[in-house]
Amino acid sequence: MVTIETPRSPRSRKGAKWEKWGWLYMRASGVLLLVLIFGHLFINLFQNGIQAITFAFVAGKWADPFWKIWDGAMLWLALIHGTNGMRTIVNDYTVRLGMRKFLNVTLWVVCAALVILGTLVITTFDPCIDPSVNQLADLAIHCGK
Amino acid sequence: MAKLPAGTLYRGKVGMWSWVLHRITGVAIFFFLLVHTLDTALVRVSPEAYDAVINTYKTPIIGIGELGLVAAILFHGLNGIRVILIDFWRKGAKYQNVMFWIVVGLALLLFIGFAPRHLAHVFHWNA
Repeated sequence: MVTIETPRSPRSRKGAKWEKWGWLYMRASGVLLLVLIFGHLFINLFQNGIQAITFAFVAGKWADPFWKIWDGAMLWLALIHGTNGMRTIVNDYTVRLGMRKFLNVTLWVVCAALVILGTLVITTFDPCIDPSVNQLADLAIHCGK
Repeated sequence: MAKLPAGTLYRGKVGMWSWVLHRITGVAIFFFLLVHTLDTALVRVSPEAYDAVINTYKTPIIGIGELGLVAAILFHGLNGIRVILIDFWRKGAKYQNVMFWIVVGLALLLFIGFAPRHLAHVFHWNA
């Protein structure tokens, strides 16, 4: 059952301020993501094409710190933007406070896990990890084997 | 029949349907992003593991699905700019309706530019 505790009591100032930053973040990250993701799609899917995407392709891209930063920025901005968007939807459609809390905590835990995982993958990437025989030629330029 | 309220930005008009579409495309992109972060993370496991999973993206059915993903991203991204303009531009609310159709037109134009080339990649129609 939903109980309205104290009508007319305003929301806390702190909460409102936090929401304002979230609102602003969605717009600022949205503009950056438009550039980052449209660029990502243009280069990977339009120029090179889905058939060209291989481990060697990623190694070639990440040989340049520019693309590591590009992809890292995409990872952080998009996951936080998407998770915050999902939080808005959860807040709109959940009725019970417990369910709302549970879903929102789950969202942010998943977000944090993926941001950490992705960041580690980009920063510790090793093109010579275990080159398969058929990729040695493609990878030679990156690991000199 | 009850008369529809006039002058609202959202109820039953372009404002509402663009909002609905923004939500649906946003949720779809979010779930793809979760999967895409995990499949890309396989580059830290082994080239074979990464290539095996990425190869599923090259199949006809998933390849066509990627058209839907790109369409969703085009709409969500461009409509996001429209939302920002409604919020920050003095005349944003006044032109939100026109801007919606500009968003749809631009997204369609980019999609028409992308789709044939992507399908050619997926189905190996090499020129």
